[in-house]
Amino acid sequence: MILGKVIGNVVSTIKLPVYQGYKILVVQPVNGKEEPQGESVLALDTVQAGVGDTVLVIDEGNSSRLIMNNSTAPVRTMIVGIVDAIK
Amino acid sequence: MKLGKVIGNVVCTQKVDSFQGIKLLLLQPLDENLKEIGDSVVACDTVQAGINDIVCYEGGREAALGLKNWFNPSDLTIMGIVDQVNIGE
Repeated sequence: MILGKVIGNVVSTIKLPVYQGYKILVVQPVNGKEEPQGESVLALDTVQAGVGDTVLVIDEGNSSRLIMNNSTAPVRTMIVGIVDAIK
Repeated sequence: MKLGKVIGNVVCTQKVDSFQGIKLLLLQPLDENLKEIGDSVVACDTVQAGINDIVCYEGGREAALGLKNWFNPSDLTIMGIVDQVNIGE
C-alpha cells in the first residue's frame, strides 16, 4: 500500500460496467512527510474520500478484486482508507 | 489507472487470435493537468473511444481482464472515456 493525496476527480460516463458506481479520483503519491513523489494515478474510491484528503492506496490487482468481490474485475488502484495522522 | 489522449488508430491485419475484433489505439499519456508525459503507447479499446478523446487506461494483468476474452496478452486496455478532470476544490 502507498500513501497518496487526493488532488482531483475524474468524470467518466462511458466506462466498463464493473466501474459503474465507483468514484474515480486523481491521487498524487506522497512520502511520509506528505511531499509528492512520482506521477499521479487514477484510483477507484471505496471510502468516500475527497479532494485534499491523505489516503491509503492499494496499487495491486488481486487485493482490489477481493474488495470488489469480483475475481475478474480489471481494477488495480483503489483507495481503501482515509489517513488521519502520520506519526 | 492513468490518463491518456487518443492520437491515432493502429490497424493490424495479422495479429494474435485473441486480439481479433479488438480495436487498437495509439495513446499519448497525460498527467493530471492533461499535459503530455512520456512516449506514446498502443492500447486495446473496450469503450469505442475515438481520436482526441481523453481516456483512462490500465496496464498489467488488469489490462487483459478488461477484454471480454480475459485470456489474452494485452498489457494496456482503455477502461473509460473521460468527460472531465477536476483538479483542486
